[in-house]
Amino acid sequence: MLEFTLWDILSNLLLAARWTVLLSLIAFVSGGVAGLLLLLARVSPVPPLRVAARLFIEVFQGTPLLMQLFIVFFALPLIGIETTAWTAAAVGLTLFTAAYLAEIWRGCVEAVPKGQWEASASLAMNFGEQMRHVILPQALRIAVPPTVGFSVQVVKGTAVTSIIGFVEVTKAGTMITNATFQPFLVYGLVGLIYFALCYPLSLSAKALERKLNVAR
Amino acid sequence: MAYSFDFSSLLDYTPVLVDGIVTTIGLTAVSTVLGVALGIGGAAARTSTVKPLAVVVGAYVELIRNTPFLVQLFFIFFGLPSLGIRLAEWQAAVLAMVVNLGAYSTEIIRAGIDATPKGQIEAGASLGMTGPQIFRYVVLGPAMGKIWPALTSQIVIVMLGSSVCSQIAAEELSFAANFIQSRNFRPFEVYFLATALYLALAVALRWILSLVGGRMFAKGVSRA
Repeated sequence: MLEFTLWDILSNLLLAARWTVLLSLIAFVSGGVAGLLLLLARVSPVPPLRVAARLFIEVFQGTPLLMQLFIVFFALPLIGIETTAWTAAAVGLTLFTAAYLAEIWRGCVEAVPKGQWEASASLAMNFGEQMRHVILPQALRIAVPPTVGFSVQVVKGTAVTSIIGFVEVTKAGTMITNATFQPFLVYGLVGLIYFALCYPLSLSAKALERKLNVAR
Repeated sequence: MAYSFDFSSLLDYTPVLVDGIVTTIGLTAVSTVLGVALGIGGAAARTSTVKPLAVVVGAYVELIRNTPFLVQLFFIFFGLPSLGIRLAEWQAAVLAMVVNLGAYSTEIIRAGIDATPKGQIEAGASLGMTGPQIFRYVVLGPAMGKIWPALTSQIVIVMLGSSVCSQIAAEELSFAANFIQSRNFRPFEVYFLATALYLALAVALRWILSLVGGRMFAKGVSRA
């Protein structure tokens, strides 16, 4: 029987962790862009846009990420897009991230005093100008700590994509376990790799929050 | 190629879906009660003056909050047997959910405890209350009232997260959906329905929890 050293296991997990990191980055960046659009719709003066954005957010916050991934995986082919685990994982996580970020950022926008909206409106600014020059710059400051905090959820969310067959570190862990029969060791290492990715993010979110509170 | 949707074939599988929903509700109910209890204990330990205890609980909270639930579940279900701890699917699912919710609720409840005005604790002490008495009768009730909305969100997240328990063959709603689509080859319809059911469960759970919270912490005072 083949023997696996600790290094064999760890090196393969670390190689797979690259895909966890890459998927997290893709989901976070594209989810951020989509989330910004969603936020603009959510706080826009156009009622149908507001309702649609709210519905989108409610649905994505009220259903499991796993179901979202399955639906994306099986729905994309229906509209003629060939799905791979990669595309389904990227699209699913992007939508998930967008919904949560839009809701987090809405809170930040609402924390900007009403007088700022009124003052900018009295300067004859339209919605776009108000957002661009008055509201978003102020909301951005308080948005940074919770946004960094949410990135932890994105990294952890990538673990669920292993179920639709995307080979990242959790899936690699399952495959290695099937070869080595050492689930305790392998899943322990998988957990530690996630911890190494997420804990610095958690810490910096906390530090940013403290800095912001001191500045205020 | 046009795809024609067919939801009617799902009707034959109603009992499977109902079983799945019942299991999901059961898993959530049990782990909510145990998880919040663990969270109260954890928060008490985290704010206690016994340093080593606070450090150990702090490490537990950070370890759980910075690793995915799915990995925690696999570690418990596949990893623990090598230590001689063998759990059935539902036991592993409940344990993972309790451990997970326990960590998050420790942190949430701690925030509520930290927000207690110092004067109230001093007032309790001046009445000759012991530390645990102050915690039980003065601090805990208002703290829970304050953080109840945050705790509600977390419980909903744990309920939704339980969908990955299908991966260790715990027969909850996602497992039912996987089972049905392997029989009727209508994955889109099945997962669409399952997703709608989860949404309904989430809305209902939020509603129930706000009712419970209103009852228990209406005046922000715990009853003896």
